[in-house]
Amino acid sequence: MRDGEPLIRWVWIGDHVGELAHYTGVHLRLGLLPVLFGLIISVPLGMLCHRYRWVYPPTLTAANVLYSIPSLALFMIFVRYTGLTERTVMIPLTLYTLSVLIPNVVDGLASVPDPVRQAATAMGFSTVRRVLQVELPIAVPVVVAGVRVAAVSSISLVAVGQLIGQGGLGYYITRGLQLDFPTPIITATVLIMLLALVTDALLVLAQRLLTPWARGKGAKA
Amino acid sequence: MNDLLNQIELVGEWLTSSAQWHGDDGIPHRLAEHLTYSGLSLLFATLIGLAFGLLVGHTGRGAFAVATVANLARAIPTFGLVVLVVTLAGLSTAPVLVALVALAVPPILINTFEGVRGVDPDTRDAAKGMGMTGWEVLLKVEVPMAMPLILLGLRVAAIQVVATATVAAYPGLGGLGRYIVDGLSRNDYQLVIGGSAVVVALALVVQAVFTALRRAVVSPGLRPVVAKS
Amino acid sequence: MIRFDAVSKNYPNGTTAVDALSLELAEGGLTVLVGPSGCGKTTTLRMVNRMVEPSAGTVSLRGQDIREVAAPELRRGIGYVIQHAGLFPHRTILDNVATVPLLLGWGKKKARSRAAELLELVGLPATMAKRYPYQLSGGQQQRVGVARALGADPPVLLMDEPFSAVDPIVRGELQAEFLRLQKELHKTIVFVTHDIDEAIKLGDHIAVFRTGGKLAQFDTPERLLAHPADDFVADFVGQDRGIRRLSFVQASGLPLREGPVLPVTAPVADARSLGEPWVLAVDAARRPLGWAAVADLPPGGTLADATLAPLGHTFALAGDSARAALDAALLSPSRLAVGVDAQGAVAGVADAYELSAAIAGASAGVTTTGDAAGAGTGDGTGVPTSGAPDTTPGGVQDGTAAGAGAPADGEAAPEAAAPAAPAAPAGQAAPAEAAESAAPAEAVAPADPADPAAPARPAAKLTKRDAGEGGPAEQGGVGGGER
Repeated sequence: MRDGEPLIRWVWIGDHVGELAHYTGVHLRLGLLPVLFGLIISVPLGMLCHRYRWVYPPTLTAANVLYSIPSLALFMIFVRYTGLTERTVMIPLTLYTLSVLIPNVVDGLASVPDPVRQAATAMGFSTVRRVLQVELPIAVPVVVAGVRVAAVSSISLVAVGQLIGQGGLGYYITRGLQLDFPTPIITATVLIMLLALVTDALLVLAQRLLTPWARGKGAKA
Repeated sequence: MNDLLNQIELVGEWLTSSAQWHGDDGIPHRLAEHLTYSGLSLLFATLIGLAFGLLVGHTGRGAFAVATVANLARAIPTFGLVVLVVTLAGLSTAPVLVALVALAVPPILINTFEGVRGVDPDTRDAAKGMGMTGWEVLLKVEVPMAMPLILLGLRVAAIQVVATATVAAYPGLGGLGRYIVDGLSRNDYQLVIGGSAVVVALALVVQAVFTALRRAVVSPGLRPVVAKS
Repeated sequence: MIRFDAVSKNYPNGTTAVDALSLELAEGGLTVLVGPSGCGKTTTLRMVNRMVEPSAGTVSLRGQDIREVAAPELRRGIGYVIQHAGLFPHRTILDNVATVPLLLGWGKKKARSRAAELLELVGLPATMAKRYPYQLSGGQQQRVGVARALGADPPVLLMDEPFSAVDPIVRGELQAEFLRLQKELHKTIVFVTHDIDEAIKLGDHIAVFRTGGKLAQFDTPERLLAHPADDFVADFVGQDRGIRRLSFVQASGLPLREGPVLPVTAPVADARSLGEPWVLAVDAARRPLGWAAVADLPPGGTLADATLAPLGHTFALAGDSARAALDAALLSPSRLAVGVDAQGAVAGVADAYELSAAIAGASAGVTTTGDAAGAGTGDGTGVPTSGAPDTTPGGVQDGTAAGAGAPADGEAAPEAAAPAAPAAPAGQAAPAEAAESAAPAEAVAPADPADPAAPARPAAKLTKRDAGEGGPAEQGGVGGGER
């Protein structure tokens, strides 16, 4: 860092509001779409694991192994196939969410009390309707707890994608390093944290609205 | 399929070229660097995270603070933090290590805390009622029962540290990430994919180590409980 | 042995869990603390091993204030069993049981061999030793919990609703085995339950608590049923306490008559000649086979040719209670209960009227008689050593009357001992009677028609406890007579 350079030059922020907003939007897209895709994969897979317990351990192991691979390396493996595009960032991020979402879907379904399940069956629900109308709604709080963890870590990981040119706000992190200029780095880092925390708060709010019956129980994150 | 074979061939060629096994840019040296960063930061993070996690879990005091710290810490972008540390403190190992420790403490802390707090009150009551002292309850009952979650926290922290140490090559540090970052800047795809392969291999080893550790350390009596990640 | 002296436990939020409790529990006795939830019974129990520290008063163990001993050390000398067993999920069954010996520094080998002994003692197969708690049923876990509490052979056991989390059948088994165990071990046991039936079945003495942590009555089970101190206790004990008291009356003293009993080889004409509606067919050893309805007998042949109705069940003169005898009468097709001796041979029959007349006489005399079953438990006391008699209506009773143990016990409370002075040395029952008559509660009790001094009366022998009550094995007898 150059001598006399302040940590933050507020003027720079003022000059870049429009651009910052643009990258914030990109960042959110790159961070949250993978969570959505992850959920689309995890719900049926989790239901499968719940129904056939033997499927669960290998599935969970596979998800955990994927999760353990550093993002930078995983991006590089996909670059070959999807180029320096947003997809190259989103596919690995989607894979990462599975290690959190699948177990939470399974635990959520396991949290349905047996009497409730049996009562639903006794009242004549078909299996499909029982799962959709009874079991999944009851599983929502646990699933949302997983979504919160996945969303927060996904948003924070997007920045690494900047090394292949697709990092949302990560752009300012590499830019700041190249210019030896801390203001954009700090701004981007703080903005990413804020995005994560606001997303987390919105998910809590969404869960309360979705599952008014679970209020006060406070699903643990 | 052909392409996959192609890539494997590329990696094989890179791995077997003798240049990769000597000197400062050789795999042994880079791996040693990577393991040093990761190992040291994980060690310090474990000491800090375990101590506070056990303390808070055992006494029940400070639970809210632990949860808040862990939630906030999860939101910190690792890449931003590492780059920021290098920008502010210059390119040396110590500040980056501090950043890695800071990233690794929360998962260890929160999982240790949750593990200890989650011990069935009946079990704790029985332990105390049989005449265990506070330390005995902690070491003979709470820690073994929290072990699945403690290991989970350690695993998550290890994964995060190994991944972040990779990214730390970008602002100029050593370690296995160097191959990827250098390969990207030189447009040397073989170097990128070769480096990635080594990083993946290391990640798989870490994963395997924790699986083995779990088998060795967690009592079979606790195994039916599937730990969350 | 365990003594509470004006002990109170108040919480900062203003609730009083235990209020000025004074109580003394006998060595080698099983005292049950019973009451509705929130009555302070568990708090009382937990004050014995300092899991809860009293706000006022002292708890002493064998004369020593328990606060003089460091809590962990104290607890290692007191067995502790809780509702869900609280087993360590990460340790094998064997290591769970070895916990306290290991804490005491016994060494692994010795601790484990002791644990193996204990598993056998509580009736668990050795194959369970290497298993983990999750692999056991609730009842088995509870047995392990008991074994674990016995680890270092502590003289005192605290049991907090140990059997209430298992199903009724398993509970019955656990209770029966626990009684068998206690007969062998003679531990001083404090047992908390909310179930009055369990209390009556298990307790040598019962302390009934009312909400607010006050002791309502401290008494033997017989006296609790016979003379509840007030409406609260009467209500808590339940409406069928009259029937339940019969469990404490031994069947051996009930009057039986010869009755219409014939060998199965007897001609049907003999049966008709008796002039009774039912005839009991017995085999060569006089074991009962079944009832034959005289009206339905075939025209000729022997009783073996007749269709025999099932017996219902018989009662054993040795071991069964009057309750079993009355039940046998009610279930029998002939309305006659069949009493059998130790060999299973018919000793005689009686109908419900005959039984109830004898029982009325006997149970009016029900007092704390000598403990036939647990001879030598030496329980004597149980006398509230209260400084505040108004809080302990149970003070009127006393366990000192409990047979042989009484004289040995110097700790009898003065208010109970003094009026007992005119005791007549008229045999075993006499001192008990004397003690009872000393009790103010006696004033409202019905007059005692059974004068214990009258030798002419074949007074039913009273037993303190019918250990096997309800146990299917006890009902034994010969089943259906259908051949």
